[in-house]
Amino acid sequence: MEWLVPFILTVITASTPLLLAASGELITEKSGVLNLGVEGMMLVGAIAGFAVTASSGSAILGIVAAVIAGVLMSLIFAFLTLTLMANQVATGLALTIFGIGFSALVGSKFVGFAIEPLPGLSIPGISAIPVVGPILFGQDFLVYLSIAAVFGVGWFLAKSRAGLVLKAVGDSHHSAHAIGYSVIKIRYLATMFGGAMAGLAGAYLSLSYTPMWAENMTAGRGWIALALVVFATWRPGRLLAGAYMFGLISVMQLHAQGAGIHVPSQFMSMLPYLATIIVLVIISSDRAKIRLNAPACIGQAFRPAH
Amino acid sequence: MVRLEPRRQHSQAMVYLSPVLAIFMTLVVGGIIFAFMGKNPFDALYTFFILPINNSYGISELFVKATPLVIIAVGLSLGFRANVWNIGAEGQLTMGAIFGGGLALYFHDSESAFLLPAMFVLGAIGGAFWAAIPALLRTKFNANEILTSLMLTYVATLFLSFLVHGPWRNPEGFNFPESRPFPDAGLLPIIYDGTRVHLGTAVAVFVVIAGWLLLSKSVIGFQLRVVGKAPQAARHVGFRQKRMVWFTLLLGGALAGLAGLFEVAGPIGQLQPSISPGYGFTAIIVAFLGRLHPVGILFGGLIMALTYLGGELAQITLGLPNAVTGLFQGILLFFLLACDVLTKYRIRFGSTAAKGRTA
Repeated sequence: MEWLVPFILTVITASTPLLLAASGELITEKSGVLNLGVEGMMLVGAIAGFAVTASSGSAILGIVAAVIAGVLMSLIFAFLTLTLMANQVATGLALTIFGIGFSALVGSKFVGFAIEPLPGLSIPGISAIPVVGPILFGQDFLVYLSIAAVFGVGWFLAKSRAGLVLKAVGDSHHSAHAIGYSVIKIRYLATMFGGAMAGLAGAYLSLSYTPMWAENMTAGRGWIALALVVFATWRPGRLLAGAYMFGLISVMQLHAQGAGIHVPSQFMSMLPYLATIIVLVIISSDRAKIRLNAPACIGQAFRPAH
Repeated sequence: MVRLEPRRQHSQAMVYLSPVLAIFMTLVVGGIIFAFMGKNPFDALYTFFILPINNSYGISELFVKATPLVIIAVGLSLGFRANVWNIGAEGQLTMGAIFGGGLALYFHDSESAFLLPAMFVLGAIGGAFWAAIPALLRTKFNANEILTSLMLTYVATLFLSFLVHGPWRNPEGFNFPESRPFPDAGLLPIIYDGTRVHLGTAVAVFVVIAGWLLLSKSVIGFQLRVVGKAPQAARHVGFRQKRMVWFTLLLGGALAGLAGLFEVAGPIGQLQPSISPGYGFTAIIVAFLGRLHPVGILFGGLIMALTYLGGELAQITLGLPNAVTGLFQGILLFFLLACDVLTKYRIRFGSTAAKGRTA
């Protein structure tokens, strides 16, 4: 059983960036905005977090920088799609292409730098309890934050008045506007929240998961986060389950070799991508469920008709 | 305050002007970025955009790089018109290279004149097969083709990596992850001596003409234009959305596969783990730069090809990281999308917009 604890630990670390990014995108999409630029925002968050941490020596400053970088990226998207009413799909792709290039450019100075990984929680006595200690009480704070974020998002959407307004804007922007809510302003805020969370997800990758910078280090996790939101049918509870299931699938390749399974590594690396396709198919084929939960106005531009 | 006022009709002048404006603004922002990196912006822009094409070999390389971009973008643009978002062209390109290239490896001592045409066919089939998966998943299971086609890109790249590291590795090589070199009969003929301009470039021109004819003269081309402009109307008239998804994905995939085959049977000459510097993604920008029109795409392809050449040159002479290319491409797409607003809206300055708003 001694493999169990390290195994669970790797599942948690692999799930955390997905959970962070997906809970942000969930809010963005609930407001009726489809931002496909998660991958780009994550990368820029990752390099911002790494560069500031490596230069200042402070991981806290790095995380703050990652959040700001994510928000700035999302503001580019928001300005183009919400103010200038550009096509959301194309703009999201542009954000990812830009993010890949921009992060690689800034990051070229930081390749090969080493930093201290984020420290884990350490409660004397408790963190040392076998099995439960390292899993529940030995993580870094972004892991706890990712769990808190899902519950926070869940509470916000289900219980808060602001969450109700957000859903109204996503489901029927003309009605929400008629009642007197500022559709554009609310969508700006929701998009910025998505950017902040994607930035955090990127920071988790470059500061904790693999404390270094490598070009394109997100490796499609931003896209998997987008798929997770569909998988969860826009419900935070299922997001948590989905992210951990994906974490499990993506660490299988690390543990397969140890378990004596000899499949070429490339096929093991395909698993998260294939799993994404399979769950998308299973969830999407239930059209009634998608229609019930998807924000009705997703991806549509809104122009107030006075 | 700035506000947007819808035009009654799309401005025809702006349709042509907005890409030019976007390119100009990209150059300005590019200059600013270069200045921030401690380079003289005019020197850097000159190195990036003029130096690569101030000799005839440079111009021929421009055609070599534009070839896959144009072929792929023509295919993608048809889908984009019908709101079919195939963003996995990079994967379809890879599958085309694997299918067509696999044939060249199987017949590695062949001298047959039929080898190359057969590789063309298999390359197109490989790309179409890879695009058929998202088409099937979208039409049968309602799965979003953006995500499925992109996920399949990762799968295709990993599969190619497996092949050249394993079963298809050159037995006479030095354990490098590369296939055998293709036989001469499986290589594209050079159409202009002393350059790398190959038969694929001629095919690209043919694809542009065929794409233009398809769009302007055929029934399906008419349907594509209507679906893009008025999806509601198209549904009422009874254009079948599913058929549109299949048609655009299969055609786009086949063209991307062909472009991939041209790369491995042309400039590269064998299979290796990396066969494209992101042509499949850049082609998305090319499609928009060309305003989803085949002739526009021809020009768009040449401009984006220039960013690849400029990036390589800037890397060598100015020591700039290669990532500058991607950065430029992203910024250009931002400005293209932003300038697009000018074709649909007039920009008005003034605060009358505040009137009548309740919130």
